[in-house]
Amino acid sequence: MTRMRWTAAAALLLLAILGGTGCATLEEAAKVGTSVAKSKGVVTDDQAKSITKVTKAVAKTFEDITPEQEHYIGRSVGAVLVNRYKPYPNGPANDYLNLLGQTLAQASDRPETFGGYHFLILDSPEINAFAAPGGLIFVSRGMLRCCGSEDAVAAVLAHEIAHVQLRHGLQAIDKSRVTEALTTLGAEGAKSYGGQKLADLTKVFEGSISDVTSTLVNNGYSRGFEREADAAAVAILTRVGYDPKGLVAMLTEMEKNLKPGGLDFAKTHPSPRSRIDDIERQHAGGKAPAEVPARQARFRKGLGNI
Amino acid sequence: MRHTSAVLLVCLSLLGVSAAIEGGGKAMSVQVKQGQVRATPSFLGKVVVTLAYGDRVETLEEKDGWIRIVPPGKKAPGWMHSSALSQKRIVLKAGTKEADVAASTGELALAGKGFNADVEGEFKARNRDIDFTWIDRMQNMNVPPGKILAFVQEGKLIPAEGGGR
Repeated sequence: MTRMRWTAAAALLLLAILGGTGCATLEEAAKVGTSVAKSKGVVTDDQAKSITKVTKAVAKTFEDITPEQEHYIGRSVGAVLVNRYKPYPNGPANDYLNLLGQTLAQASDRPETFGGYHFLILDSPEINAFAAPGGLIFVSRGMLRCCGSEDAVAAVLAHEIAHVQLRHGLQAIDKSRVTEALTTLGAEGAKSYGGQKLADLTKVFEGSISDVTSTLVNNGYSRGFEREADAAAVAILTRVGYDPKGLVAMLTEMEKNLKPGGLDFAKTHPSPRSRIDDIERQHAGGKAPAEVPARQARFRKGLGNI
Repeated sequence: MRHTSAVLLVCLSLLGVSAAIEGGGKAMSVQVKQGQVRATPSFLGKVVVTLAYGDRVETLEEKDGWIRIVPPGKKAPGWMHSSALSQKRIVLKAGTKEADVAASTGELALAGKGFNADVEGEFKARNRDIDFTWIDRMQNMNVPPGKILAFVQEGKLIPAEGGGR
């Protein structure tokens, strides 16, 4: 290759680096720049392809949502949920849930999120539990009433922590929104936005919040995501020393209590029976977990009157 | 000719930046609000220093999901869980030289970019019926580490020696 070509390629690279403000812009710039360079014979076809490929790798997916942005999405999703279901403001019960939940979160594959894991009981007889992106986790009184032991509550929380760990909530956001939010602003984002930009961004944000909440409340995740979350929950429970059969025990109790056609887990989750079958196929089944007296005592103290 | 060499030099140094991130002793960024550095690779380890979002650390070794790092300012090394760290360079201010370099390699995350506190503020203004009081309250529900250890021991559970993987 001649020195001339090197210079042109280097200049092109530099141009792409300094000139590119957004990723879409960067990709476009590289494409246009590359084709111009190619037509002038300064880069070969292979080089042109590789320049386009490198910039394409910067294209946006949910994985490009930073933990900081995930945190803000989760706060608003959580606010919508608390608004809809109302909190259960019982100090000791919520303290117990947070102590248990944080113990489990520390054993997950993603113990640290931008704002950490936090847990709240919802004052609803529905059988429900939600994980907002970033680690805000909500469990209804109806769900806790299906739990006969600390191991069973641990199973519910571990399943929700698994959804956060696997970033399932973020994947409910429409891909075009993610692209819009993350590319229109470009790399040259600012700490504070001007009026129009802020309004545009807030519209995308509102859409994203609605995608996540409607998945959590109405549509549910795919069966594949639920199976993944159950498998990750079993791993968390085992690491902490809970009997993963607590998950089976909880699902068995839930099966008895779920009303067909209900608007809760009956609507958003695969049937408890099919989840039990999946879990038992993948992990050891067997009888209900043995009671540990100290666990049972604090479970009754914290959630006995739920 | 001198100009050509200067251009090449700039490009090579840019490539060098990404090579340094790939190799040993690489630099990483704190991607959580409060990056706790511990004396031992475990959540039971004493917190020796707390780093800020975006702080750059130098990595020394990795063990079961924990990374031994040197905090900024060459302070004494400690351990952070890998989920608190990002390969990406988190740039707090747009328009800096650092931001330009990082953007070119796709290793950039701009702090405060996109969905941020301003957007949340605008969302609140548009949806006045949605109350954030309990969300703020939730985020202040913190459990002291000593309490978790006591909870684990009392319940005959397994202390998080290695923590999450």
